[in-house]
Amino acid sequence: MSAAPGPGASTARSNEFGAASWEPGDARLLVEQASYAYAAEGGEAPLFTMEATSFQAKQRELVAILGPNASGKSTLLRLLAGVLKPLSGRIELDGLEISQMDARVRAQRIALVQQESALLFPLRVWEYVLQGRYPYGRRLRFETADDCLMATNALAQVGADHLAERWMDQLSGGEKQRVILARAMAQQPSLLLLDEPTQHLDIGGKVELLRRLRRLADQNRYTVVVVTHELNLAAQFADQVVLLHKGKCLQVGEPAAVYRRELLEQVFSAPLEVETGPSGRPRVIVRGNPEMDTPEAGRASPPQKN
Amino acid sequence: MRPLTAKKIAWICGGLSLLLFAAVVLSLKLGAYPIATSDVVMTLVRRAIGHTEQIPTDFRLVIFELRLPRIALGILVGAALSVSGAGFQALLRNPLADPYVLGVSSGAALGAILSLVWAPHVPLAMQGAAFAGAALTITAVYFLGRRGGQLDSTTLLLAGIITASFLSAVIVFLMTTLSGRDLRGMAFWLMGDLASAPPIHLGFLFLVLVLAIGAIYSTAADLNLILTGEQEARHLGVNVGRVKIVVYVAASLLTGLAVSVSGAIGYVGLLVPHVMRMLFGTDHRIVIPTSALGGALAVVLADMLARTVIAPTELPVGAMTAVAGAPVFIYLLRRRLR
Repeated sequence: MSAAPGPGASTARSNEFGAASWEPGDARLLVEQASYAYAAEGGEAPLFTMEATSFQAKQRELVAILGPNASGKSTLLRLLAGVLKPLSGRIELDGLEISQMDARVRAQRIALVQQESALLFPLRVWEYVLQGRYPYGRRLRFETADDCLMATNALAQVGADHLAERWMDQLSGGEKQRVILARAMAQQPSLLLLDEPTQHLDIGGKVELLRRLRRLADQNRYTVVVVTHELNLAAQFADQVVLLHKGKCLQVGEPAAVYRRELLEQVFSAPLEVETGPSGRPRVIVRGNPEMDTPEAGRASPPQKN
Repeated sequence: MRPLTAKKIAWICGGLSLLLFAAVVLSLKLGAYPIATSDVVMTLVRRAIGHTEQIPTDFRLVIFELRLPRIALGILVGAALSVSGAGFQALLRNPLADPYVLGVSSGAALGAILSLVWAPHVPLAMQGAAFAGAALTITAVYFLGRRGGQLDSTTLLLAGIITASFLSAVIVFLMTTLSGRDLRGMAFWLMGDLASAPPIHLGFLFLVLVLAIGAIYSTAADLNLILTGEQEARHLGVNVGRVKIVVYVAASLLTGLAVSVSGAIGYVGLLVPHVMRMLFGTDHRIVIPTSALGGALAVVLADMLARTVIAPTELPVGAMTAVAGAPVFIYLLRRRLR
């Protein structure tokens, strides 16, 4: 495994695309006053606006994007993925504007993990993971031995090497999540984006996933951006959190700086309490009578013991 | 991990080509005037090495004038329909999509009939009109099949079926008003028929076939990713818009080509790609070439049966494919709904 470049060996590419000004110590991901508005369809009122948002992230950093439903989390993630082009401001990865990148170059640098869509025809796990090598292939893209090695390594890194021969539709939720992550890693990205990856996992699976992301960020030098509803897991594992509310970026910073009672209560419209856990990181608990929980409050999951 | 290689594709396609050759020999042999296999092979060999003067006249007439052009047409139509079916299934992410079910064949047929009415003697008018009819129909069905900005597989199939029945009604109306012009021939043609030779050179049609299949094949790796979702494919670097245009245009061209020479032959485009997926896996780099060969094989065999089951009377080949295809379609539909 050590002979071949691992799925994280991507930083050496930075100058191939003329990003001469970028140094490894600098912020790798730069979001500067980026805003977006969804165009109205068929004469309806403008649907959603995301106001100017700024933050930066270095390599090995894990950033959590938090906020209630319809706060603009997914919009921000799609801007980072280059699917949407910011209306104003700029979003750069390693000194290159993401929305200007060629689709294949972008796929070599940014991987997006979403809830997978239903497969039309059955696919083996290894076939699925090999799809992550697409951005590196030529015309008909017959996979090389290197591609296979890369896919095998990615599966091993997420502890799913034993699943390689299984069918995708026979996997459990947690197994599937790991395989989807392995496909993203096979892309050898420098920026790994995840859209609510904890959604269908039980609490054990959620903790395991966040630990794994933390480890991948460290070992493979990824910059990881996670959209999540898990306030406590984010507090525990993220270096930075970006708190969104109704399309506004309310605060960016370390969890301890962002997790303030008044702010969280206002954003999530629920009676919450913030306390400092044994690790020095904040944790959120629901205050008062649980019978009176609002749906939003229910999302702040109880503190974990690690 | 056993990734697909060009060598594996070559081996499988080689095997299918041999099967197709065997079916061609069988098809040359059987019919109202049976010829022994050895005679068929000898005739083909003599022709291949240029000793045409040694071929008996009746063999030459039956094999080269009657049966071989018809078989060639079957190969053309089968390959065209299967590859366009595989393309539509991948792009529309719908395993039940094919030119016939989606109404694309009916659109092509209507185009062809209109060209017979308005420009009966213009060369290539029929092929061009069939292509235009196919392209217009798939565009209409595509937009009718969307719900809330998303392509919905049930809505899409219903849109296709409704469109097909509407277009068939228009065709019936046209045929009724056009009374006098060989109505029986037209009805046969609509059921799918290889009996009437196309007015243009077969070589030209094969050239169009190869170019269109080649265009779709060039997107095979992209289609694999589009099958797992358009958004995901985009994130992996696929130029989805370009792939869509290439495949829609090429698949419409293939449907127009097939319908203009043989009428609407159903189920081939639907079933052959599925059989190939079951046999060789779902990778389009192998599904497309094997569908071309498998489709050719299916139509050659179906036409052989159509010529021989109640010989000397001939059935339209579309009736044969429908008899065999409808039960398999229902099986696939049931399996999908479970």
